[in-house]
Amino acid sequence: MSNIAQKQEKIAVSGDEAAAYAMKVIEPDVVAAYPITPQTEIVMNFSQFVADGEVTTEMIPVESEHSAMSACVGSAASGARTMTATSANGLALMWEVLYIASSTRLPIVMPVVNRALSAPINIHCDHSDSMGARDAGWIQMYCENAQEVYEKLILAIRIGELEDVRLPVMVCQDGFITSHAVEALEPFAKEDVQKFIGSYSVPYSLLDVDNPVTFGPLDLQDYYFEHKRQQSEAMSRAYQQIPEIVKEFKNTFGSEYDFLELYRMEDAETAVIALGSTAGTAKNTIDGLREQGRKVGLVKMNFVRPFPAEELRSALSPLKAVGILDRAESFSNQGGPLFSEIRAAMYSSGQRPPIADYIYGLGGRDMTPGLIEEVFRDLDKVAKTGKVEQSVHYIGVR
Amino acid sequence: MPNIKELSTRPERLTSGHRLCPGCGASIAVRQILMATEDPVVVGAATGCLEVATTIYPFTAWNTPFIHNAFENVAATISGSETAFRALQKSGKISKDKQIKFIAFGGDGGTYDIGLQSLSGALERGHNFVYVCYDNEAYMNTGIQRSGATPMCASTTTAPSGKASLGKPQFRKDLTQIAVAHNIPYAAQGTIAYWSDLVRKAEKAFSVDGPAFLNVLSPCYRGWRFDQEKTVEVSKLAVDTCFWPLYEVVNGEYKLSRKPKQKLPITDWLKAQGRFKHLFSPTEQSEAIEQIQKEVDARWQKVLKLCGEAE
Repeated sequence: MSNIAQKQEKIAVSGDEAAAYAMKVIEPDVVAAYPITPQTEIVMNFSQFVADGEVTTEMIPVESEHSAMSACVGSAASGARTMTATSANGLALMWEVLYIASSTRLPIVMPVVNRALSAPINIHCDHSDSMGARDAGWIQMYCENAQEVYEKLILAIRIGELEDVRLPVMVCQDGFITSHAVEALEPFAKEDVQKFIGSYSVPYSLLDVDNPVTFGPLDLQDYYFEHKRQQSEAMSRAYQQIPEIVKEFKNTFGSEYDFLELYRMEDAETAVIALGSTAGTAKNTIDGLREQGRKVGLVKMNFVRPFPAEELRSALSPLKAVGILDRAESFSNQGGPLFSEIRAAMYSSGQRPPIADYIYGLGGRDMTPGLIEEVFRDLDKVAKTGKVEQSVHYIGVR
Repeated sequence: MPNIKELSTRPERLTSGHRLCPGCGASIAVRQILMATEDPVVVGAATGCLEVATTIYPFTAWNTPFIHNAFENVAATISGSETAFRALQKSGKISKDKQIKFIAFGGDGGTYDIGLQSLSGALERGHNFVYVCYDNEAYMNTGIQRSGATPMCASTTTAPSGKASLGKPQFRKDLTQIAVAHNIPYAAQGTIAYWSDLVRKAEKAFSVDGPAFLNVLSPCYRGWRFDQEKTVEVSKLAVDTCFWPLYEVVNGEYKLSRKPKQKLPITDWLKAQGRFKHLFSPTEQSEAIEQIQKEVDARWQKVLKLCGEAE
């Protein structure tokens, strides 16, 4: 472990500041961004780094998120390492261009500070924004705390820019809960980060005027399908190559971000699956329950795209009951988005434990240890009978 | 400005083989404008006729870098590319001596309407680029729907003339004035019939430091309903009836580019196009025609005043 990069002096930062600090050591060529609560502090802090000459990045202070993502497409197609950041309605306004960014295979990296979508308007956390964008062709990572925000943004640059991948990446953190809570961050030296991410190069650039290329052509029945298939294969290659990069990241910086983080799962009989800050609350709760002799664990998903189906099958198959913690509704009348996808992934497993969905925390409603204990109590009942009597629960709702 | 013989020797950046209609005003406008610089040009295009007819995969008619992103965002897209150019020059990845021009093309739908916000943002931010609206006065790519640029009483598929309607009930938006209000270094109106005026304006647009805006009336024979060999004639009539004044605004100073020797009545322009046919038969809609003439006169007077040509 002697080759692990030296961490710098600890600093007290919010999740948003952690994202801005990560962008500072990444030092992208171009950032095009627009303010929206609770993401604003990312753009504010990064703009100050630019104003103070601490980075050489060119900022484009656009007039909307739609233009933010549009300018990112123009910039990334021109061979510039490009970033932006957003939340909620801002992400929704980008929607059209999210698909264009991924389909044009532009590895734009974007911190997303998860916030509930309107209406009613609400500025607090849930995952309705990024869950809605999960089929937009972006790689999606979720962060438990500020340190993860910082580290996963650096990791995202490497993964997105992989030669055989070239896909954009969202790095999601929980609005206010993570974005505005001040925690200790151990930043990395810029040289180490730069060495890890390398320089950005593209196979085709809009600025290569001697070898002109047409981006964004009209693509009809005779080729569109093949191009979509290629895009799908790029996501498969991301799935294949992520473990290698994650290992390299671990060897360089010390932290490990496999598709799944398994917490106290060795002998667990029941487990919950969570994203983001709820994983921290769940770990704490599980520690307490373990002290009471309960065999409980947590599966934290670091990646939702590419979807780690195989890893989930192997983690969940031995369990007696599984609870999915969904911080989003899909209005499908069969539970939240994670529940649908995980249950579908388990269908091809030889061993299929009963699975129930627990929708929680919409619009920033607190997820407390008490609520997680309630989930485990319910899972105990399911484990005993082997039957899910109610597949979708709403917890913490009046 | 080089003469027509010299211009004709410049490399074609929009090459033959594209699938725009014969007699399409947009392709004429693009070729005239791109002749105006010898520097390399990066072209952005909004979704529209120009984009779909020139880039049908696996073919492209563009002999220069080209990007299409979506309908409403060509200004933002080209602003990203122009910023990337500056960033990469700053970091030394691209030589500081390298010259590249950035130009965005959008139709009137993509500029007056859905792309107005993106355009306004890019003009306000001061990117070094030229924006060209090839204005054919309706959504032609989707089949002649009314836009903010459609003139009053034109019949379109979403504001058709009929027993209870004379076509579009509103006058058109004055986009050039909106662009001018951004206090950009250069804005102008042109049209393809007056090619030397348009090429000269494009030269100026490329030469200024900062955003430049060209609003180019580009007749569409399908949508305007005239014979395809009459594109230039109809373009000329728009100027000679003072429906489409040719002028430029250099750092806020207005200058008239052409004052017709004899100002023709608006009916000369209206009668040349099938989209106004219902104004003349079966009965002449004299009240509507008069209203149109009055508005054309008022707007022409306003331009003359701004250009210091009238009290």
